[in-house]
Amino acid sequence: MKVLVAVKRVVDYNVKVRPKADGSGVELNNLKMSINPFCEIAVEEAVRLKEDGAATEIVAVSIGPQQAQEQIRTSLALGADRGVLIKTDQDLEPLAVAKCLKAICDQESPDIILMGKQSIDGDNNQTGQMLGALTGYPQGTFASELKVDGDTVDGGKATVTREIDGGLQTVSLDLPAIVTTDLRLNEPRYASLPNIMKAKKKPMDETTPEDLGVDVSPRVELLGVELPAERSAGIKVANVDELLDKLKNEAKVI
Amino acid sequence: MSILVVAEHDNSHLKAATLNTVTAAIAIDSEITLLVAGSNCSAVATEAAGVKGVDKVLLADNPAYGDRLAENLAPLVAEIASGYSHVLAPATTTGKNILPRAAALLDVQPISDIVSVEGADTFKRPIYAGNVIATVKSTDPIKVLTVRTTAFDATPAEGGSAGVEPLDITHNAGNSAFVGEELAVSERPELTSANVVISGGRGLASSENFQMLEKLADKLGGAIGASRAAVDAGFVPNDMQVGQTGKIVAPDLYIAVAISGAIQHLAGMKDSKVIVAINKDEEAPIFQVADYGLVADLFDVIPELEKKL
Ligand SMILES: Cc1cc2nc3c(=O)[nH]c(=O)nc-3n(C[C@H](O)[C@H](O)[C@H](O)COP(=O)(O)OP(=O)(O)OC[C@H]3O[C@@H](n4cnc5c(N)ncnc54)[C@H](O)[C@@H]3O)c2cc1C
Ligand SMILES: Nc1ncnc2c1ncn2[C@@H]1O[C@H](COP(=O)(O)O)[C@@H](O)[C@H]1O
Repeated sequence: MKVLVAVKRVVDYNVKVRPKADGSGVELNNLKMSINPFCEIAVEEAVRLKEDGAATEIVAVSIGPQQAQEQIRTSLALGADRGVLIKTDQDLEPLAVAKCLKAICDQESPDIILMGKQSIDGDNNQTGQMLGALTGYPQGTFASELKVDGDTVDGGKATVTREIDGGLQTVSLDLPAIVTTDLRLNEPRYASLPNIMKAKKKPMDETTPEDLGVDVSPRVELLGVELPAERSAGIKVANVDELLDKLKNEAKVI
Repeated sequence: MSILVVAEHDNSHLKAATLNTVTAAIAIDSEITLLVAGSNCSAVATEAAGVKGVDKVLLADNPAYGDRLAENLAPLVAEIASGYSHVLAPATTTGKNILPRAAALLDVQPISDIVSVEGADTFKRPIYAGNVIATVKSTDPIKVLTVRTTAFDATPAEGGSAGVEPLDITHNAGNSAFVGEELAVSERPELTSANVVISGGRGLASSENFQMLEKLADKLGGAIGASRAAVDAGFVPNDMQVGQTGKIVAPDLYIAVAISGAIQHLAGMKDSKVIVAINKDEEAPIFQVADYGLVADLFDVIPELEKKL
């Protein structure tokens, strides 16, 4: 069984971004970049499928600038077998990313595609679902548990437990299927030094959206960005009585 | 322009999130159609027809739609959407699951989690965990949007008298199946629409200790939320997580107990009207957004608070 994992290069989750002075976009110069945390969970899940004997090969794909190689290398160090960089300096929208991934699916015929539920920069939560539409594959979004039985040829299925608003839902999907990860799916391991060294020798292909025949022209224009309405810090109260008094008589919320 | 709103329901009742979404739709244009897709869900269509401002209800009552599988619903939404300028759904896990899939079938780039309508094609939405707000303009012929429900008031559930039009469209992809559900049952108000939310963090230290917050919630008629750390530690189930990647809440009163105030948590609650933080660390970042901060050990002050309410 072959697993495809989509990993995105994003601003590290510890960084607090700010708008550029002219408000035209987000200031991204010299910020620490990382693999999107949800993608890291996807890689970890793929590696576990391989350790369990369910998966035979893991291909990590990223769409982004040359430096997105770093996030593919991270995935290789965690246990992916080879990488594909779809190189572009344009910031692609989820629809374009999904089209690129569809082209890779056509080339690679994976049995399962693991992705994050959300990228923490754009907070879109769209790409997996859109890839589902383009490929016709079923989707198990916001997964907190994944079981895979068999592969595409022998009519295999993925059983996915999904984190939904009311609790948990379980669905059964025919392979090939798309699974997007939620936070509780697993806890990603740290790459060991020997594995980081080994990752440097693992194969990495490079292609471009143009080579894949994908039209990446943007559909949504960014008119500007601004800071949200800031909340000012309030006051400290000394004790429970003062708190209750404030809530009753000042804020009037109880 | 006419606008299609995908109704959220459980086959017997319309969910409140639909009413906030209708408000967002009305901010775009006044001609509103609600799509009720489900199985044995005619009661929902009746409710939907009564929502103020709704002109038409489309009822797709079919076993294939009963479990709201995206594989079946997305092609239904995409097929109907061609007659509309906008398609909206609440940014719930159901809406987020279905709408992007429908958008891709329409070759449209959807816009997630809008918090304001600036014009028929221009919307605001938070990005980077709400650290910045982006203003974006869609150039697609059909705008496909999910709506952050806390940013829009609910439209009155009554006062409308729309006609219900049954649809005979079946999409059954047959490649996915519903297996089961474990839904939280609670007497408390729903987290995302409660007037009071009391959330606990890692400092609660166990699921037993969350019962202290429950007593408080009972007295205040509130709902219980949690930080990711509390969910990951297994103190409470995942559906209670508030934050960037959990639920977004904006109650009149939010009480954060033993929550440090990471940006990912703030992303889910900083639009609350009044924020109270109880934390024993006076340096905790949560105090920077709190209207009232109490530096104290929760095990001392929560029982006292409960007693004095
Ligand atoms: C991709 C990603 C997504 C995330 N999404 C979310 C999300 O949606 N929601 C979310 O909440 N987090 C999210 N996080 C996690 C977030 O970064 C923080 O780790 C998390 O919010 C911390 O939870 P906490 O405040 O309960 O724990 P901590 O940061 O450990 O804080 C515990 C606090 O409790 C206080 N405390 C301890 N004991 C007591 C006591 N007896 N009395 C009073 N105070 C006490 C401490 O002083 C401390 O301030 C996400 C992280 C990532 C990487
Ligand atoms: N540029 C990209 N390269 C690789 N994977 C991506 C890219 N953009 C999005 N994805 C995948 O899609 C998931 C959801 O992203 P989004 O829809 O942008 O929130 C991410 O977690 C990735 O798995």
